[in-house]
Amino acid sequence: MSRILLDHGSGGKTSQELIEQVILPRLANPLLAPLNDGAVFELPGQAGGQRLAMTTDSYTVSPIFFPGGDIGSLAVHGTVNDLAMCGAEPLYLSAGLILEEGFDLSDLERILDSMRGAAEEAGVAIVTGDTKVVERGSADGIFINTAGLGMVRPGVSVSGQGARPGDRIILSGTVADHGVTILSQRKGLSFSTELRSDSAPLNGLVRAMLTAAPGIRCLRDPTRGGVATTLNEIAAQSRVGMILEEDALPLREEVRSACELLGLDPLYLANEGKVLAVVGPEEADRVLKAAQEHKYGRQAALIGRVTAENPGRVLLQTPYGTSRVVGMLAGEQLPRIC
Amino acid sequence: MKYIDEYRDPVAVRELIQAVSTTAQRIGGEPLRFMEVCGTHTMAIFRFGLRQILPGNVELISGPGCPVCVTAMAEVDRIVELSRREGVLVATFGDMLRVPGREISLAQAKAQGGRVEVVYSTLEALELARKNKEAQVVFMGVGFETTAPTVAAALFQAAGEGISNFSVLSCHKLLPPALEALLSGGKAKVHGFLMPGHVSTMIGAGAYEPLAREHKVPCVVTGFEPRDILSGILMLLRERAAHSHRVLIQYSRGVSWEGNTRAMGLLERVFQPRDSLWRGLGRIPDSGLALRPEFQGFDAERVFDLQPVPETEAQDPPGCRCGEVLQGLITPPQCGLFGRRCDPQNPVGPCMVSSEGTCAAYYKYN
Repeated sequence: MSRILLDHGSGGKTSQELIEQVILPRLANPLLAPLNDGAVFELPGQAGGQRLAMTTDSYTVSPIFFPGGDIGSLAVHGTVNDLAMCGAEPLYLSAGLILEEGFDLSDLERILDSMRGAAEEAGVAIVTGDTKVVERGSADGIFINTAGLGMVRPGVSVSGQGARPGDRIILSGTVADHGVTILSQRKGLSFSTELRSDSAPLNGLVRAMLTAAPGIRCLRDPTRGGVATTLNEIAAQSRVGMILEEDALPLREEVRSACELLGLDPLYLANEGKVLAVVGPEEADRVLKAAQEHKYGRQAALIGRVTAENPGRVLLQTPYGTSRVVGMLAGEQLPRIC
Repeated sequence: MKYIDEYRDPVAVRELIQAVSTTAQRIGGEPLRFMEVCGTHTMAIFRFGLRQILPGNVELISGPGCPVCVTAMAEVDRIVELSRREGVLVATFGDMLRVPGREISLAQAKAQGGRVEVVYSTLEALELARKNKEAQVVFMGVGFETTAPTVAAALFQAAGEGISNFSVLSCHKLLPPALEALLSGGKAKVHGFLMPGHVSTMIGAGAYEPLAREHKVPCVVTGFEPRDILSGILMLLRERAAHSHRVLIQYSRGVSWEGNTRAMGLLERVFQPRDSLWRGLGRIPDSGLALRPEFQGFDAERVFDLQPVPETEAQDPPGCRCGEVLQGLITPPQCGLFGRRCDPQNPVGPCMVSSEGTCAAYYKYN
């Protein structure tokens, strides 16, 4: 790899290689090393005290405004959700704006209003920020970076390494809504659909799930790379296998049609308002019920289980009694040619 | 979902498997090798795990039906070279981006500063030309009879609008001549073809008649759902059992005997057949499409005065056996590079690049 290719940002295997081969060797430390959605730590000299979670993410999306959200709400939801996936209550966010010369001021106002709305819903405050303007052509309209700080709930310990054989896998709702919505808005591919992005703050939903079952082993939001990539990461980190039931995956009819038409696999498309939870078998029903009672988890479903066999691999069982491997995303998914 | 769910019904699928097994058992003898020509078939077979439920004496092999995979390295080299020229903007389907040429791929050319944009259709490429008047937009035309008519339609539109900064580098290929070459070559042992649903929508099932007759091999134009594919296999088995070699249409909801004569008419007004270099299969007479002289203003080869594609393909990268994979001579795991030096992020050969490539399918699902 002598130059950065777009694939390095896809969230799949290529991104993972960039992190493991180029970034980690240079920036490694014990808090970064587990590669969870954020770092969890205690303040120096306060061992055993309040644990904090910290995370950061940069947002680029085209188009900037899409059905169900925009880059502003996405930037708040994404970071709130990363904190929630650490088992934390999000408190404070930072916002860094990189604006391209010539960017429409009314669009910026709309984005900022949307950020405020998203922050209010999530119950977080944007407490510090930065603005840079770059020359026309050096950015695509607007890029946003947000970082977040939250407090980890006492007694909660979630980690990508936590999955154990026998555990159940719960997904909080339909797959690929965000990915297909964005694709449907792309120029040249635009198809008409009623679909909206699922972009949403998940801290309330996660709070409800953790209240029902503080022992949840692992929480992840399957964003870039989709459910397939996220589950592969957990399987690798926990050294376990996973079996999914194809029939059990919640999938909207419009999403399914679009994927069939374009030759895309919804398991690899992004979600921005879904959580994957790995829970012990005895807690599964409670978590599922708590999720289904929350407005962002109505269609939550039990989609599979964790196995001791095939460590590091995710298998999917078809309705025909056959199975197939669900690997990590390798490179961007592209609509088929013929 | 209408038109899909009924073709995935597990009960119907199980009945078909039963019928396939009984018929295959009755035929007995040496294993029957059926070639699925289309990359979409290859992916569907893996996606539904169909190999796991086929009887032992029915073997499915993949053919040269992925347009990205059969594009010659020399053709990639030409578009890479164009992308480096001052004032040129290359528009391409995303799948072509990562296909390695002799030196580099379009994705690498892009990272090095070449102007390359991914489009989802020829019309989108035309839109790029309208928007970037200062640039010469070159569309890399890949694909079989399915894609070529859309390129033809775009060229009619471009001509009508008098757009002067748009051209097509035609790498289009025709499927029937390649299958003919595959069988005439004598190396590939094929007992029946599952013919591609999409291409056949255009060319019609009748296009396979000479092939079936000449080589005494049954052909079934097949859809892409589990019931379609298993029905296609069952129809092939029944042809074998009856020592018959007809061309049959399983995918009758999409394909007719004559095909889409209007689209093919459009294609013929813009393109004419020419010899073409295929990855793995070499040069095949009249298996490619060149722009007709009337459209030379849109022909990137003329506009940029390009050297013709060489008579023979430059040597494959050492160890790469895509050529044999494309002919159904080996399965991907038999290639020494498979999964070791060659994987979807660092593809050595084209069959690993395209999402519908045989190697990519084996890699993804194994």
